Amino acid sequence: MALPARIVTLVVAFLAVVALAVFVIVHYFLGGPPTVAFGSGVSADTGATVHVVMQEDPQNTVSTHPDWVSYFVQSPTTHQWVHTTVFSVPAGSRIDMTIYGYDGCTPLRNPYWGRVTGTIGGVEYVDGKPYSSLNSWGGCHVGHTFSIPGIGLNVPMASPDLSASLCGTSPCTTSSPYRLMTFSFNSPKVAGTYFWQCRIPCGGGFIDGFGGPMQTIGFMTGNMEVVS
Amino acid sequence: MAASSAAAAPPAERGEPNHGLRIFLIWLPIAVIADVLLYFVYGPHMPPGDMSNSAASQQFDIKVMSVLAAPVMAFVLTFMAYSFIVWRHREGDDTDGPPIYGHARIQATWITISAVIVLSLAAFGTYELAGPGLAGAGAGEGPSPIWKPDGTPLQVQVIGQQWRFTYRYPQFGGFETTALYLPVGQPVQFNVTSIDVIHSFWAYQLGVKADANPGVNNVAYTTPEHTGTFMVRCAELCGLWHGAMFNQGEVVSVAAFQAWAHKTEIQLASITKLLPPYATSYDPTTVAQINKAMQKAGITGANGLYYPPQDPVQP
Repeated sequence: MALPARIVTLVVAFLAVVALAVFVIVHYFLGGPPTVAFGSGVSADTGATVHVVMQEDPQNTVSTHPDWVSYFVQSPTTHQWVHTTVFSVPAGSRIDMTIYGYDGCTPLRNPYWGRVTGTIGGVEYVDGKPYSSLNSWGGCHVGHTFSIPGIGLNVPMASPDLSASLCGTSPCTTSSPYRLMTFSFNSPKVAGTYFWQCRIPCGGGFIDGFGGPMQTIGFMTGNMEVVS
Repeated sequence: MAASSAAAAPPAERGEPNHGLRIFLIWLPIAVIADVLLYFVYGPHMPPGDMSNSAASQQFDIKVMSVLAAPVMAFVLTFMAYSFIVWRHREGDDTDGPPIYGHARIQATWITISAVIVLSLAAFGTYELAGPGLAGAGAGEGPSPIWKPDGTPLQVQVIGQQWRFTYRYPQFGGFETTALYLPVGQPVQFNVTSIDVIHSFWAYQLGVKADANPGVNNVAYTTPEHTGTFMVRCAELCGLWHGAMFNQGEVVSVAAFQAWAHKTEIQLASITKLLPPYATSYDPTTVAQINKAMQKAGITGANGLYYPPQDPVQP
């Protein structure tokens, strides 16, 4: 091979490797769902109340994985539903959570996680009624959990009646059957990233339901960014 | 002719010192000092510490192996340094070194010493692993351990799940909790299992590490010997948040443990009622309640599988 051809081949190969590295960095490390900021005008460590609104849907028709169960977060400024599971809250604040549960039931593998922990008062409110635990094995009652292990928060999410037709287009609206969960907890005083997850294997189509949305930020797991 | 041959003999062969003796005399104090420092100074700080009898046993094993390995390493380094200094290239000396055709005594000595060290370590390690009255490996030994500690051990079930360990105490009503408390001086039997993917229970300072496999009870014994905190980590890559799967455990006095266990048993009574009967492993395909729950949910045909037959299941 002539010298110019060898040089061109070398340069092309080098550029291909660089392009691949850039793609991996941008797509896998810098990419990801957007962050919805709550309490942007609230100072940290004041105990002020910040209201976070989310919903969990049986599917999502807004991503490349339309059959994956997914959470959505409501923007506090536009009130639009954002397909993300990353949100930020001020440190040392009271977080009032509202979660619309549109997905159907799936039993917990470990009913221990039916217990409500880490909330103010040790309860969650399902359609206005307080519960300290939900029994996912006693009937069709629980769809998911909202758990932040780093602060000991675990809240089972109730599900609509089995006989109801579940929401088919995301983000869901209250015209579809749903259960309304509200609870409060205190955000940590230490700034940082606190991951949250669902404890029900809801990744249908994957080994025992543990893959897909269960392992992907933006669907059934995400981050709570605590900012100081 | 003979006179010229004698004159041509390399100067090194005349009045050559006993290099072997010199190397030995240099090596001996280095090896002794290294062994003393390793065993008595650094030894007590070697991982994983001495918080339990398993950890102490592992630390002792590491100390013994270090004491055996240090002289070997010291000899290699001494020989290397001696060679650099004594047999270094000198200005104007372009002659070749003397040809070496082998030395039966050195080879026999080397092979004998190596064989003795390796075989001794094998015998020592085997005895330490399975010897009567010893602490064992501190690792999971499967559902049928080849040895058991004296007395009645405290039963603690370790349940791995993405991405948290929970602990169940069958001798206290079978309550389950995310806190791991152990009494000092009392043998503990960890029954390690998983309810989803493969995890690994690694209580570092206790010297206990056992795989948590679905459907398997992996038994590991230990006896905490000092109070304090220890770290538990998952040592098997188990998914997205594997790195966050850790918690602290605590070894407390027997009285403090009893108080905590009884208080927790009462506090968690309502959730304990929802748990399946205690078993040494949990398989959703065999837990009756979960089958019923899934039939109510209409998400399974039978046999406890979460998803339809066409979906993949745990192999």
